[in-house]
Amino acid sequence: MTGIDVRKTVLEEINNVAPEVDLATVDPAADLREAIDIDSMDFLNLVTALHRRTSVEIPETDYPKLVTISGMIAYLEAKLG
Amino acid sequence: MQQAAARTDTVETTYREAVRAALRDALGRDNRVFLMGEDVGRYGGCYAVSHGLLAEFGPERIRDTPLSESGFTGAGIGAAMAGMRPIVELMTVNFSLLALDQILNNAATIRHMSGNQFGVPLVIRMATGAGRQLAAQHSHSLEGWYAHIPGIKVLTPATLEDARGMLWTALQEPDPVLIFENVMLYNMSGNLACDAGAVDIDKAAVRRKGRDISLITYGGSLWKTLEAASVLATEGIEAEVIDLRSLRPLDDATIMTSVTRTRRAVIVDEGWRSGSLAAEIGMRIVEQAFWSLDAPIGRVCSEEVPIPYPRHLEMAALPQLPKIVAAAKTALGQA
Amino acid sequence: MAEFRMPSLGADMEAGTLVEWLVKPGDEVKRGDIIAVVETQKGAIEVETFQIGRIEKFLVDLNTKVPVGTPIAIIQTEGEQAAVPAEPSPSSELPVAPAPEPRPPPLLAVPPVPAVVRAPSPAHGIMPRPIASPAARQLAAQHNVDLSSLTGSGPNGAILAADVERRLGPTAPSPERKRATGLDLAAMRTAIAAAMARSKREIPHYYLEHQIDVSHTEQWLAERNATLPPDSRLLMGALALKAVALAIRRFPAFNGFYRDNRFESSTAVHVGVAISIRGGGLAAPALRDTDQLSLDELMHGMRDLVQRTRAGRIRSSEISDSTVTVSSLGERGVEALYGVIYPPQVAIVGFGKVVTRPWVVDGAIGPRSVITITLAADHRVSDGHAGALFLAEIGKLLQEPEKL
Repeated sequence: MTGIDVRKTVLEEINNVAPEVDLATVDPAADLREAIDIDSMDFLNLVTALHRRTSVEIPETDYPKLVTISGMIAYLEAKLG
Repeated sequence: MQQAAARTDTVETTYREAVRAALRDALGRDNRVFLMGEDVGRYGGCYAVSHGLLAEFGPERIRDTPLSESGFTGAGIGAAMAGMRPIVELMTVNFSLLALDQILNNAATIRHMSGNQFGVPLVIRMATGAGRQLAAQHSHSLEGWYAHIPGIKVLTPATLEDARGMLWTALQEPDPVLIFENVMLYNMSGNLACDAGAVDIDKAAVRRKGRDISLITYGGSLWKTLEAASVLATEGIEAEVIDLRSLRPLDDATIMTSVTRTRRAVIVDEGWRSGSLAAEIGMRIVEQAFWSLDAPIGRVCSEEVPIPYPRHLEMAALPQLPKIVAAAKTALGQA
Repeated sequence: MAEFRMPSLGADMEAGTLVEWLVKPGDEVKRGDIIAVVETQKGAIEVETFQIGRIEKFLVDLNTKVPVGTPIAIIQTEGEQAAVPAEPSPSSELPVAPAPEPRPPPLLAVPPVPAVVRAPSPAHGIMPRPIASPAARQLAAQHNVDLSSLTGSGPNGAILAADVERRLGPTAPSPERKRATGLDLAAMRTAIAAAMARSKREIPHYYLEHQIDVSHTEQWLAERNATLPPDSRLLMGALALKAVALAIRRFPAFNGFYRDNRFESSTAVHVGVAISIRGGGLAAPALRDTDQLSLDELMHGMRDLVQRTRAGRIRSSEISDSTVTVSSLGERGVEALYGVIYPPQVAIVGFGKVVTRPWVVDGAIGPRSVITITLAADHRVSDGHAGALFLAEIGKLLQEPEKL
């Protein structure tokens, strides 16, 4: 699964979940749940989409690693790498 | 005489005296002017308007007439066509109906019927309105009817300035002008500039500025309406009061400018509601300012009864301050 | 012959704008088919028919705003001859499909079905389009303000120029970035304001709260989700919905509508799911027959509902069908919420976030996951005692997720 632009994928899927948010204004280190007001359903939809796009298994126990944009990118890159 | 006084000087006077001053001024300035009507000479006028004028100007120019409104109005029309500038006084608007044939079928139409060969530069003055317990033969307000007739002008002086100033301007008109003097105004007193003179007869006047509602009225109802505006002001409602001054032609521009700004209008008209001048004004507002309206147009008119003789019933039949205040509040959604 | 009417999609709806037909004259329709899209304060709503038959003709042009109750199409129902020789249409000569339910029009059989038009309030018949002064209309047109999104301050609720000006004032809707079509947050706010103000004005609420230990439930959920791909995972919210739906079957005094001074209990359980919309909106569309759904179906339905609600596409039945509402603040909220009942419903159940608390289990204190369940209910219909039993039942069910 090389060749996936992880950053681009993550930003696209966050954008799908919260289309009205300008991601350029979001701190990559901020907790997304606070920063762009996403709830557990949004988060599950985001995880589902990232799983579909990257085929990375994302167990619930790893959720805490995915609460920021940078964390999400790092997590997926590590799994894909 | 006027030149003798400084421009800023005023004199306390009454509406009656202001009309008399206007008559005296006109009689003095133009030899073609004469006054005729029932009791205008020896008796001094039914409302004492012409008191003293017979002595001053003589029976040639202050002419008592028989009790025949049609006859002497016709005589006035003839005199006007022949080059004079007659002022015909009809005792009240109720009696003017006896002269309606002359006014409508002759005075208002001759310029048209003669292919512009003849005009009728005639002024007809008459008293109108209720409030003096003169019962149903003397108390009606039919000026709105006359405003229906093309070919004449209809004036309703409500202030000392207009009582003093409208007559001369009317006498300069090439066609008939009817002047309606509300009976309740004759005793009204106030200060009038010593040099008060002719005034325009084309424009309505904004007598009080306001932003919340336009109260449109004329004649005797002006003062009740101004009083209502003061009452409304104590409740934070700023009413604009428009004195129409001329019922024909109507000064649409002043009305629409006001209503477009305030978005609300109540018309106060001592005539009966059905087919009234208030109805005409309301319709014009709808035609010309519909998209500015924020509330239904309101009307305060006389009750549709012959004006009663008993004082309490007469008062109840007429537009009064509480009704005007209530109508304004209704338009503002505060009823 | 049946008239398909502009449905009432909520107690506060007076009119809707027809924006799209999803069928054409001649099309066969059956109960539940989506036949049109209607723009309302709540967004674009897909409207279903409750008739079986064939679309005979449309009565209202697209982009026309009509009052609730206005016939917008004629549906020729089962077994009828066309009243007039039908316009030639491909299906008009086909034999009529056999009726799956040879009953009278089903819309009378199920009380909460929205196609039966109810006047918004008993005092009025069918409401006309919004009463607005010419000045208000002019101003609204100049500034693209939807009059139906305004609350009038004039006589009889007439919208005045000042009402439009208020909207245009400091709170003028800022141009939303990429806001989904069909979502007018200002209009939605107005609708919420109307419904909530009415609720607090008319409904004597009483409130109860109940804390339960959901450690076992959490554990069960974690174990179940551990083996599943993300799109099959369950959320605690789904369990909560199911628990409420099952509990309410035993407590019908919390399920139904209070209308015209009396309560009608509903046999069907359609739980309204309170869904917040970023930027300040809220809707509570129904998950129909919640009690009949398996957890997976329920979770799937909930996801779909959340997605469509946030995209501004809710179906008509979902808007007006809810028989009770559940509001859950999820993992980030506060511990307890006390809801405002959505009229004409009579109850709202709230779930706070799960928190770790010292808890006595079997005589020993230990850390446990605790959730606070609250109930706001209509005291005209039920009393605190029944409410307590209802809450206890919800708690019991939530603690036994394997049985849900």
